[in-house]
Amino acid sequence: MAEALFWPAILGYGEAAIAYSSARYTRLATWGVRLGWIAQTALLAVQAARVDGFPWSTWAGSLNLFVWFVVGAYLIWGCQPRYRLVGLTVMPLAALLFVVSRVGGGTAAGERSHYGNLFLTVHVGCVLAAFAGFTLAAALAVLYLAEERRLQRHAPDILRLKLPSLVVLEKLTIRTIAVSLPFLTVGLAAGFVRLREQGDSIDALMAATIVTWFVYAGFLAVRATGRRAAHLALIGFALVILARIALAGSHF
Amino acid sequence: MSLSLVGISHHVAPVELRERVALPLERAALLARALGDAVCLSTCNRTEVYLADDDGSRALSSLEELAGEPLRSVAYRMHDDAAALHLFRVSAGLDSLIPGESEILGQVRAAFDAAAPGPLLDRVFRQALQLGKRVRSETAIGESPASVPAAAAALAAQVFGDLRGRKVLLVGAGRIGELAAGNLSARGAAITYIANRTVEAAAELAGRFGGAALALDEVAGRLSEVDVVLTSTAAPGLLIEAKDVPSRRRHPLFFIDIAVPRDVDPAVHELSGCFLYDIDDLEAVVSETLAGRRVEAELAERLVVEEAERFREWRASLDVVPAITSLRAHAETIRAGELAKLSSLPDAERQRIEAVTAQILNKLLHEPTVRMKEAAAEGGGSSYAEAIRRLFGLEDGR
Repeated sequence: MAEALFWPAILGYGEAAIAYSSARYTRLATWGVRLGWIAQTALLAVQAARVDGFPWSTWAGSLNLFVWFVVGAYLIWGCQPRYRLVGLTVMPLAALLFVVSRVGGGTAAGERSHYGNLFLTVHVGCVLAAFAGFTLAAALAVLYLAEERRLQRHAPDILRLKLPSLVVLEKLTIRTIAVSLPFLTVGLAAGFVRLREQGDSIDALMAATIVTWFVYAGFLAVRATGRRAAHLALIGFALVILARIALAGSHF
Repeated sequence: MSLSLVGISHHVAPVELRERVALPLERAALLARALGDAVCLSTCNRTEVYLADDDGSRALSSLEELAGEPLRSVAYRMHDDAAALHLFRVSAGLDSLIPGESEILGQVRAAFDAAAPGPLLDRVFRQALQLGKRVRSETAIGESPASVPAAAAALAAQVFGDLRGRKVLLVGAGRIGELAAGNLSARGAAITYIANRTVEAAAELAGRFGGAALALDEVAGRLSEVDVVLTSTAAPGLLIEAKDVPSRRRHPLFFIDIAVPRDVDPAVHELSGCFLYDIDDLEAVVSETLAGRRVEAELAERLVVEEAERFREWRASLDVVPAITSLRAHAETIRAGELAKLSSLPDAERQRIEAVTAQILNKLLHEPTVRMKEAAAEGGGSSYAEAIRRLFGLEDGR
């Protein structure tokens, strides 16, 4: 059942990723995102129901949950026809990560984790929600830099291939980070509590996540704007990628 | 029922002629009513009269009267499907000077609302209005600006998003600057300052936009207070140099320089947080958006053809409507006559029989009705209608 739900979800995401390439099919793309997300929600629900515990404790399972957060955040913040190019940035990435998750077995029924439910829900849930937000913020930052470059180069097609305005992209990037950082804070705090209880030491992924926290906290503290804000959001996202993919094996 | 169109437009008539036959809405409506079942669409680019069951000769005479000269060499006359297709192209903005301009749709609606059209014109105009909306929602034909002043405002919106509350400094009180300021103002920006070589001219324009008038030497001092600077003077040299521009790291400053020679130092564009567009940049943007409109126009043409086909099918189905109506009336008369013979039955039983016979009648006539409408759409409706009339001995006067 869980495996079968992967297909409508990836079909929805894939259709959206392709349809966003043309302004004519934006509405179709939006429906692809919605239906794909509903299918993925059902998949997660089935996974949760079939396993007596937290089913996303593997790197692939957490990637599955991460994609769900990314698309969910996109649905809330930027899924509007006039922001088509945001969709074109987010959805191919979401579809790709979802496929990677499946290849790693993250969309199948999981096994019971040796961690407690509450701990995992708070720790993994909050960290992944934050990472999803940072991913969206990075996509917005990329669009900001692209739009600024087009304005500076006087690109003649700037009004034909429209991105959101610079000010809107900047505001959305800052807001997304401001909403995501508290999740990372709570997720990290839960991780530290467990670390203390178990008497374990900090691994590479934890260290990278802590550095990520400092980068985003610094972003908000210095009230970064414009190009500097976009660059900081991308540096933070590079750390997110490092934590999510390169260092995942050291933690799970 | 036949549809006719008589008119002149910017394609065939010079402005001197068009302005003589252009009518305000009330007079256009009066002309339409005087001509009978008609709608008169009159704008600065066209005056067209759409008529039902009229060959258009009287309408042409009326237009010639307004023009004060014969119009036979320039006026176009179209009939039936061609006239409908033309109206659909007009409402879609495809026949306009700038493809996709949206004003025409409102003008078609106003002309339709002001007239008292019969069923044919009612149908074709309603279709035209729906099509106009569809074209603008399903294609991007009207989304991009088609003039330099409109492009300037659209670019400012590309930097700031919503322009409401954004402050504009207008340098130069000339016509093009005024138009660009009007576009910015229409998007919600506040024309806060207007500077000009003669402060009186600035004050006059400031009165219209609600800003404050400045002398040219006060411009540099106000740059830190505004978001958009729009320059369009005839000054021989630069009015704003890079050194005059304050640091704008946190809030962008957008310069639109539509003056020739230029008013703003090109080095301003290199400053952090500053964007500068001159007349060449704006014209390149307009040219690109117009090219985009032409691409979208091809899509819009397809929608127009679909709508014209729908109208043709509807018109063709009119051929068989009287025969269908007569056939149903005939069947109903027979049913009522037979039911009258059952007056002695109890009410409940009689009602059951009435319901059953009504159902039989509907089921029996459903297929012939559909087939006749299909045949009508393919152009063979009249022979089917004639066959039905002969077979059932119907008389509908046609």
